[in-house]
Amino acid sequence: MVELEAQILAKNDMLAAKNRGWFAGREILALNLVSSPGSGKTTLLERTIRDLKDRMPISVIEGDQATANDGERIRAAGAAAVQVNTGAGCHLEADMIAKGLAELKPAVGSVVMVENVGNLVCPAMFDLGERAKVVILSVTEGDDKPLKYPHMFRAAEIMVINKTDLLPHVDFNVEEAIANAQTVNPQIRAIQVSAKTGDGLASWYDWLQGEAAQARLAG
Amino acid sequence: MHELGITRNIVSIVEEAAKGRRVKRVTLDVGQFSGVMPDAILFCFDIVAKGTLLDGALLDIQKIAGRARCRSCGGAFDTTTLYQACACGSRAIDRLAGEELKIREMEIEEAP
Repeated sequence: MVELEAQILAKNDMLAAKNRGWFAGREILALNLVSSPGSGKTTLLERTIRDLKDRMPISVIEGDQATANDGERIRAAGAAAVQVNTGAGCHLEADMIAKGLAELKPAVGSVVMVENVGNLVCPAMFDLGERAKVVILSVTEGDDKPLKYPHMFRAAEIMVINKTDLLPHVDFNVEEAIANAQTVNPQIRAIQVSAKTGDGLASWYDWLQGEAAQARLAG
Repeated sequence: MHELGITRNIVSIVEEAAKGRRVKRVTLDVGQFSGVMPDAILFCFDIVAKGTLLDGALLDIQKIAGRARCRSCGGAFDTTTLYQACACGSRAIDRLAGEELKIREMEIEEAP
């Protein structure tokens, strides 16, 4: 019998640490955006890019199983984007980010948003070297999702509740959703936005700018 | 199905450690909250191991139950969910077990 005691995700964790150092050396804020498919990640990104284009340089790494649609939407909004198609993969891994960065070449002091594959399960397990995970939950989903997918809500620093313009038409209870997220992760922050109407986006931008300032200090 | 990628990692880590020798058995520690399903790894293993030093090896998965220690009262307790509170009501807990995802050991075929 040969003792191994080998961590199965050690290689990804090592590559993620390398990415983290790469970001820190360039004072770049890197965020990992995770959610179910259809939560409005791309719409939130498009709006953020348009609204902050004079204040915050943003570039995007897009992960999807297939198509270049999201990358095209992001470029149309005015930001550089590389699309990393995962093929059969259900999540992004740290080495894909490293390859994406080599192509994207983000500027010093800028923000890199990684739009992960729409999936609340395995993206929680794979560190990409980001500063924080941002989990997006739309009000057309269930307010009990944080309890159903505790790994993801525990790994995230902030929960963005999106599509609040639809609240009058759905049974989603915002207080309940926040309470459920805090049950899983007492430290999680929650903000409510509508990427469509722009409602609540100011607090999202405040949070982003705070994080970007910290990334510059840490670099 | 992230278990397929994870099984590839397992096979490649063990193959490297085996240094050309045939592997008869691999033992994994898989925690209840590791985020992987033991059955899915078993399903993938035989296929991924085919043609490698692990071809035909037995995969032994030790499932590790959840356990945590409360930061408030100091008591240790079993957990069945990732976010179970302590009986004293505190949610400030440190996880002691249940998140393992590692290869514990391998059994190598003796040289003839």
